Amino acid sequence: MLKTIRRILAVLCFVAVTLLFLDFTGTLHHWIGWTARVQFFPAVLAANFIVIAALVLLTLVFGRIYCSVICPLGVMQDLISWLHGKRKKNRFTYSKEMKWLRYPVLLVFIIAFALGAGAALTLLEPYGTYGMIATNLFQPIYQWCNNGLAAIAGHYESYAFYSVDVWIKSTTALALSAGLFVVIGILAWRGGRTYCNTICPVGTLLSFLSRFSLLKVRIDNDKCIKCGLCTRNCKSSCINHEDGTVDHSRCVTCGNCITKCKKDAIYYGRPRKSSVNAATSSPSKIEGAGGSMTTPEKISNNSSELVVDKPKETIDKGKRAFLIGTGTAVATIALAQAQKKVDGGLAAIEEKEMPKRKNPITPPGSVSARNMARHCTACQLCVAECPNQVLVPSGDMLTLMQPMMTYERGYCRPECTRCSQVCPTGAIKPITLEEKSSLQIGYAVWAHFLCIPTRDKDKDGKPISCGNCANHCPTGAITMVPLEDGNEESPMVPSINRAKCIGCGNCEYVCPARPAAAIHVEGLEDHRTI
Amino acid sequence: MNSELKNNMSRRHFFKVAGGAAVASSAVLAACDNNKKEVNTSGAISEADVPKDKMTYRTNPNTGDRVSLLGYGMMRLPVEGGTSGRENPDAAIDQELVNKEIDFALAHGVNYIDTSPAYCQGRSEHATGIALSRHPRDKYYIATKLSNFAPETWPLEEGQKMFHNSLKELQVDYVDYLLLHGVGMGENGPEEFDHRYAENGLLDWLVEQKEAGKIRNLGFSNHGDISVFDTLLQWHDEGDYHWDFVQIELNYLDWKHAKEINDRNTNAEYLYNELKKRDIPAVIMEPLLGGRLAKVPDSIVAEMKQREPDMSVASWAFRYAGTPDGVLTVLSGMTYMDHLMENIITYSPLKPISKEENEFLERIADKMVAMNTIPCNDCKYCMPCPYGIDIPAIFVHYNKCINDGNLIKEESDSDYKRARKAFLVGYDRSVPKLRQANHCIACGQCKSHCPQRIDIPKELKRIDDFAEQLKLSDKKD
Repeated sequence: MLKTIRRILAVLCFVAVTLLFLDFTGTLHHWIGWTARVQFFPAVLAANFIVIAALVLLTLVFGRIYCSVICPLGVMQDLISWLHGKRKKNRFTYSKEMKWLRYPVLLVFIIAFALGAGAALTLLEPYGTYGMIATNLFQPIYQWCNNGLAAIAGHYESYAFYSVDVWIKSTTALALSAGLFVVIGILAWRGGRTYCNTICPVGTLLSFLSRFSLLKVRIDNDKCIKCGLCTRNCKSSCINHEDGTVDHSRCVTCGNCITKCKKDAIYYGRPRKSSVNAATSSPSKIEGAGGSMTTPEKISNNSSELVVDKPKETIDKGKRAFLIGTGTAVATIALAQAQKKVDGGLAAIEEKEMPKRKNPITPPGSVSARNMARHCTACQLCVAECPNQVLVPSGDMLTLMQPMMTYERGYCRPECTRCSQVCPTGAIKPITLEEKSSLQIGYAVWAHFLCIPTRDKDKDGKPISCGNCANHCPTGAITMVPLEDGNEESPMVPSINRAKCIGCGNCEYVCPARPAAAIHVEGLEDHRTI
Repeated sequence: MNSELKNNMSRRHFFKVAGGAAVASSAVLAACDNNKKEVNTSGAISEADVPKDKMTYRTNPNTGDRVSLLGYGMMRLPVEGGTSGRENPDAAIDQELVNKEIDFALAHGVNYIDTSPAYCQGRSEHATGIALSRHPRDKYYIATKLSNFAPETWPLEEGQKMFHNSLKELQVDYVDYLLLHGVGMGENGPEEFDHRYAENGLLDWLVEQKEAGKIRNLGFSNHGDISVFDTLLQWHDEGDYHWDFVQIELNYLDWKHAKEINDRNTNAEYLYNELKKRDIPAVIMEPLLGGRLAKVPDSIVAEMKQREPDMSVASWAFRYAGTPDGVLTVLSGMTYMDHLMENIITYSPLKPISKEENEFLERIADKMVAMNTIPCNDCKYCMPCPYGIDIPAIFVHYNKCINDGNLIKEESDSDYKRARKAFLVGYDRSVPKLRQANHCIACGQCKSHCPQRIDIPKELKRIDDFAEQLKLSDKKD
C-alpha cells in the first residue's frame, strides 16, 4: 500500500517537474510551476519559510518521503534502479553508513554556499543537477519530437505545432550534464540510492530529521525469520536484518521491503506494542498448522513472479513503440532539414560570435550579479524556458551553469518576462512588463571599425547606409549621426545615449556586421530603473 | 487558460485534418499542393488524355509562321532532385526530363520555344539546344534574347559574342525570334537602353543579321519604363526600325490594374492596343503573373469552381491571355509534365473567354487588387541580397497570409489569435529567422533589380512592423 501510493505520487511529481523543463511554450508553468518551488534547496535560496517548515514537518512525521516522492533526481535514480531490478532481483546488500563521506560533503556544500562558490553548489545540489540533465539531455529529444510533429503539421498547413531550434547552448553545460547523468546513473544502476546517502547534501540534511520521525519503517523481531528478503530489496542498503535494525538516516520510506516481507514482519508506522501481543498469538497458531502452509506460500510465491512477468512484457512492447516512435521522428526531422537546404540564390550568413563582454548580462529581475550568484542553483529552468534563445549557461567557475544573456540568436523581447516567472529560487525575481520596459540591465557600446557604413561600399563606391540598430531600438537610445562632424556626406553611424539604453540587445541582434557585431551590450552589475 | 484551451482546440483540429487526410487524401493534396494546381480535383490527367492535333495556332503576318498558342518558356527547367532551376540553382538540370517534355510538347503541337542566355544561371540555352537538336529544324521556332544586362556586356563585341554563343548553344544556324531583352529596365530606362543597344550599334548589327537570314523576326520584350516602349514604337512608325513582334506582360490583373498595383508599370490594355493598332503580333509573358493567378485566394477559387467545376484556376488565366486575336503565343515556364499536359489541353483548342466571362474576370481582378498584396512575382532578380535577406520568400509569405485571410490587424477581431499564430509560425517556417525582414538594413541595393519596381526596403519595413506588432500582442499578464 505504502509502496503503491509512493509510486503514484512519485511518478506524478517526476512527470510534472520534467515537463516543466521540457515545455518551451511557456504554458505549463502556470499549472505546475509550484513543483519547482517546493524543492528543498530552491526554497532555502528563496527564503521560502513556509515550504521549508512544511518539508521539515513532513520529514519529522513521515521520514524522508521527500527523497522518494518530491525530489526528481531521487525518482530518476529509482527508475534506473528499477530497470536493473527487472533483470536481477534481490540484488542489494546491507552496508554501513558512510559517515566519512556524507558529512564532509555536506560541510563543503555549506561552506561553498556561505562563500558563494557557484561551482560546488551547482555540482552537488540535487534539484539543480536534475534540471541540468533535463534541460541539456531530455529537452532536445522532446524538441526534436516536436519538430517532427511540426514538419508533419507544416505539410498539412496546420499551425498547431511550430518548430524550435535545437542548439547547444554551452558545450560545458552539455558535457557536465552528460557526465553527471552517467555517474549518477551508474551509481543508481549498481547501488540504488548510493548517491542520495553518500553525496547528496539535502539527503544528509534531511537524515538528521528522519532519525526522529514519528512514522518509520520498523522490524517486528517477533515475526522476523531473518530471511533477509528485506535487506536484499532495500535500495538504500539500510536494513540490517541480522540485527533487526533499520538505519533511519538513510531510509527513504519507499516501502519496497514491506511488500517483499512474507511474514508481515516489517511495517511502517508507530512501534507495535499492544498489537504485538495480539498479533503474535494468531500467527503462532497458523505456524502451528505448520507444514501445510508452505504449499500455498509457494503458490503465492510463484504467482507473484507471474505477476511480475506480465508488466515486463508490456514494457518491452512499450520500448518497441518508443523506438519506432523515435525512429519516425528522426526520419521526419532528417526530411525537414534536407528540404531546408533548398534555398537558391541566398548569400551565406556567417555565424555571429559571442562578444567578449567585460561584464556578463544577467536577466531582468535578477537585481544584480551578486543576487544572481547567491540565489541561483543553476537548475537551467530559465534557460529551458527562454523563448528568445537569449539565456545560456555560464562557463565561469564562480557562476558555473548560472544563466547569462547573449544576443546572437535573439534579444530580450519586451513582451516576455518568462524567466522571472519560472525561477523557483528568487535569483530572478518576478517583474511586470512595465517594470521590465524601464529596467536597465546593461548598455550598448559601439565598435567603429566593425560598423557596416564605415566598411561596406555599394557598386558606385558610396558607403552603405544602415541604421538597423537605431531603427529597432525600443527606447530610442540610438540616433544616427555623420561620422565626421558637420560632414553630411560622411557615413551615418550610431550614437548611443547610455542613459536611455536598457540593454535589451535588439541592436546587437539585428546588427548586420559579422562575425562580430558592431554594437554590443555590456552587462550592469547592479540593475537600475531609468 | 484561454490560450491553453485554444492550443488544444487547434491541435485537435490538426489531428482531425491529419486523420481526414488518410481518408480523402486526393482532396487534401489538391488543397495543399499548389504546384499541382486543381488538376487532381477533376481527376488526374494522363498522357493519353492530351489531344495531339487540336492545338490552336496563330499566323505571324510577317513570316507566315503558324505558331502554337502555347509557347514553352525555358526559364524554370527541372533539376535533379525535383524542383526547378530557379528554386535550386546549384542542382544539375534534369536533361532527361527536359528532353521528355520537349518531345511531348512537339508531339502535341507546341512549336514555339522561348529561352535566353540569362535563364537558369546561363544553362537554359544549352539544355534547350540538346533537347531540340533531336528534332528536325523546321518543326519548331526558337526564340532567344540578347540579355546584356551587366555593364561589362554593353560593348558591341560582347553583344555579338552573346548572339553567336546563343547559336552555338542552341545548335542552330539561325534563330526564328530574337528579342532585345527587358527594355525599360534599370534605374533609368531610356539611358540603359541607349547603353545596351543604341549607342554601341548593336541594334543596327542585329538588323544586319536579320537581313543575312540569321534572325527571322526581331522584336523586344518590355519591362518597366513605358517611355522606352513608346519610343521604340515611334521608330517603327517612322520606319527607322521594324518590329516583327513584341513581348508584353498580359493577364486579367494587369489588363486594367498594372499601374494601380505598381505606379511604374503599364496596363496591358494600353500595351496590347498599341501593338494591335500597328498589327504587331504580341507574345505574352507572365500570363499567370508569376504564379499568382494559379494560387488565388480561397474565396476566388470557390467562385471559379462554381462557374466551371472542371476547369483549373490557372486555365482561366491562360484562356484570358490567349483570347485576343493579336496574340501570337502565350509563354508558360513549365517545370513539370503535369503543367505541360494541362496547358496543352487548355489550348487544344482554345475556348475563348466570352464577354460575360470577361466581366467575371474583371470582377475577380478588382477583388484581388483590393486585397493589397505586394506585386512580387517571385522572379528572384533581387537576389542574392548581400546581407542574406530572403526577400521573395518574405513577400510570398506575406501575400499568402493576405490570400488566406491571416492578415488581421485588429486585436478585437474574433479570428485575431488564430491568424496571428498562422502568420508568425508560417513566417518562421518559410523564412529562417536571420533572413527575415528585421535584418534588412535598408541599403537599397536590391531596388534597381526589381522588374516590378517594388520599394523593397519600405515593404520589408512594413512587414517587420506588422510582425513586431503581432509579437508584442503576446502580453499575458
